Amino acid sequence: MSKVLLEVKGLRVAVAGNEILRGVDLMIREGEVHAIMGPNGSGKSTLAQVLAGHPAYAILAGTVTYDGKDLLAMIPEERAREGVFLAFQYPVEIRGITNSYFLRSALNAIRKHRGQPELDPMDFLQLLEDKLKNIGWDDSLMNRPVNEGFSGGEKKRNEILQLAALEPRLAILDETDSGLDIDALKTVANAVNELRSPDRSFLIVTHYQRLLNYITPDVVHVLADGRIVKSGGPELAHELEAKGYDWLRDGAMVS
Amino acid sequence: MTSIEAHVQQPYKYGFVTDIESEVVPAGLNEDVIRLISAKKGEPAWMLDWRLKAYRNWLKMQEPHWPNVKYGPIDYQAISYYAAPKKLPKLDSLDQVDPKLVATFEKLGIPIEEQKRLSGVAVDAVFDSVSVATTFQAELAKYGVIFCPISEAIREHPELVQQYLGTVVPYNDNYFAALNSAVFTDGSFVYVPKGVRCPLELSTYFRINASSTGQFERTLIIADEGSYVSYLEGCSAPMRDENQLHAAVVELIAHDKATIKYSTIQNWYPGDDEGKGGIYNFVTKRGKCAGANSKISWTQVETGSAITWKYPSCILQGDNSIGEFYSVAVTSHRQQADTGTKMIHLGKNTRSTIVSKGISAGRGQNTYRGLVKIMKGADGARNYSQCDSMLIGDQCGAHTFPYIDVRNSTAIMEHEASTSKIGEDQIFYLRQRGLSAEDAVSMIVNGFCKEVFKELPMEFAVEASRLLGISLEGSVG
Repeated sequence: MSKVLLEVKGLRVAVAGNEILRGVDLMIREGEVHAIMGPNGSGKSTLAQVLAGHPAYAILAGTVTYDGKDLLAMIPEERAREGVFLAFQYPVEIRGITNSYFLRSALNAIRKHRGQPELDPMDFLQLLEDKLKNIGWDDSLMNRPVNEGFSGGEKKRNEILQLAALEPRLAILDETDSGLDIDALKTVANAVNELRSPDRSFLIVTHYQRLLNYITPDVVHVLADGRIVKSGGPELAHELEAKGYDWLRDGAMVS
Repeated sequence: MTSIEAHVQQPYKYGFVTDIESEVVPAGLNEDVIRLISAKKGEPAWMLDWRLKAYRNWLKMQEPHWPNVKYGPIDYQAISYYAAPKKLPKLDSLDQVDPKLVATFEKLGIPIEEQKRLSGVAVDAVFDSVSVATTFQAELAKYGVIFCPISEAIREHPELVQQYLGTVVPYNDNYFAALNSAVFTDGSFVYVPKGVRCPLELSTYFRINASSTGQFERTLIIADEGSYVSYLEGCSAPMRDENQLHAAVVELIAHDKATIKYSTIQNWYPGDDEGKGGIYNFVTKRGKCAGANSKISWTQVETGSAITWKYPSCILQGDNSIGEFYSVAVTSHRQQADTGTKMIHLGKNTRSTIVSKGISAGRGQNTYRGLVKIMKGADGARNYSQCDSMLIGDQCGAHTFPYIDVRNSTAIMEHEASTSKIGEDQIFYLRQRGLSAEDAVSMIVNGFCKEVFKELPMEFAVEASRLLGISLEGSVG
């Protein structure tokens, strides 16, 4: 069995005084793809944001160990530099800054942390081109300002493009499928499949099963009312699609 | 948001005092002081007469209080109107300049020694009331370009100075312009002859050093037919508890097909966190596109001063002439700025562009005030204005006063405005990609100001970005 990359134990989290996560336990090994499903308001996005270190959330209890280190003790940029990547549900716009410059700055911050030399614009473009070729994309988004004037689909695609460039060890996808039409969904899913590797783990947060038609997870978890109430193989996603979430909510901890 | 604010409110880096022997005229203003200044400069009688005329007008004028800024009364009799280092070069040789002066400018990043000069940039270094060195004068003379302290121009090129001085900003234009006309001490003079593209960037660096003094510089730039010149001014001052007055006048004249690009990086001492001390920067800047197809472009990056009050303007007299104003104004701590531009369209098919970026942080107050006036004869005139404000924190303010006065129905006017706040979500997004909080703020501010920074000459875009504590995008830096 491969090494444990992420271990969440008894995580309780509140935002603005409301407890959203009420004791989450989760273990992800290197190279595994986990999907977190659940109804609206179950705490899926909160879990994604907390793992990335968003300052709006208060940790009430629990631990998160990432690659043997205390993840909760790290500030957001340290987590990023250590290889935690969040593909945002709502990517923000950065006016006047090109995607290319932004991504190079981010990559260089990470490379510096790893003790690697920084890349100049030429080297960066070359590297990026190679990465894009691997997932079958072009660089048409690179010279546009970060997410400014992007369509919903382009924004989501841009998140995956960043994922490809920054090569994280843990990639968290927060509802990356929402707002995508079927073609865009396939494009994104194919890219993610290309990016799967033995030293990269994925945590895919999604409300619907349809993304999982294209990305086959190793483990599916159901999050309801702030707890993981059921875990299983890829077949669980299909079961949820057929039955909805309600049957899990009442029974609480069925595991 | 405290980390963001701390980053924006960097300590002032240029607040040192040069310990140098200076000759300072006793505080106070009267005709004798003006005669003394004129005599020290070895001026001809017409210049003194003009100063006295301005002074007598000033006495009858009232200090204006319409800007959206607050400050206590200024005691004009408590200010010294002339301060100069004692040891000055006799000729155009730096050997005789006090090494402390050379060191001061070097510390400010303005090397004036022969071997260390910035390539491609000629510099006039003004210390308190006098110019201490002007580089590359001889090289420029080969092209017929005159670049010298204005006091020297008054002596050496009186016909040019007499022809143009006060033609764009008259001696009685406004309270501070009248005061300046009476007591101005130094500043730069530029004349670019017909058809000449000035081969160097011209630059003046103004340094206030002495206490209880004001700095009143006057700059006059003339671009003759078909010529081009790019000029930049920078400035800084020591940290002092008192408020010091800086009342400058800048006049630009562009003849047929001439272009003047005027850039400012203003970094006067802004005062401390509680608003104590700092420069009052009350300045009149105006350019006249006198000839057809001429162009005047103002770019300013205003980060310093306790109070900034200035409206670099264009009078678009020549047909098809173009006026531009690109501005970044930053107010943090307790700084106040009321700045913008006036575009006066007189000629046919005249065009103007205004891009103003105001950034407010701490308890800073930032006001954009602009006037676009299309006169009756200005058929086909066009203006595009864009005013963007960015707020950092919740104790600052942004205000916009755009005035539009159109008297010709063929005019086309566009105005866009936005106000944004640096949001926690933006910062988090960038940090999640590995950038530090500081770099995240830098990047957001940089992107916000980009349209203005790209107008600055390359050497100074870097300086401007450093001032704002931000890193420029690869293509520029």
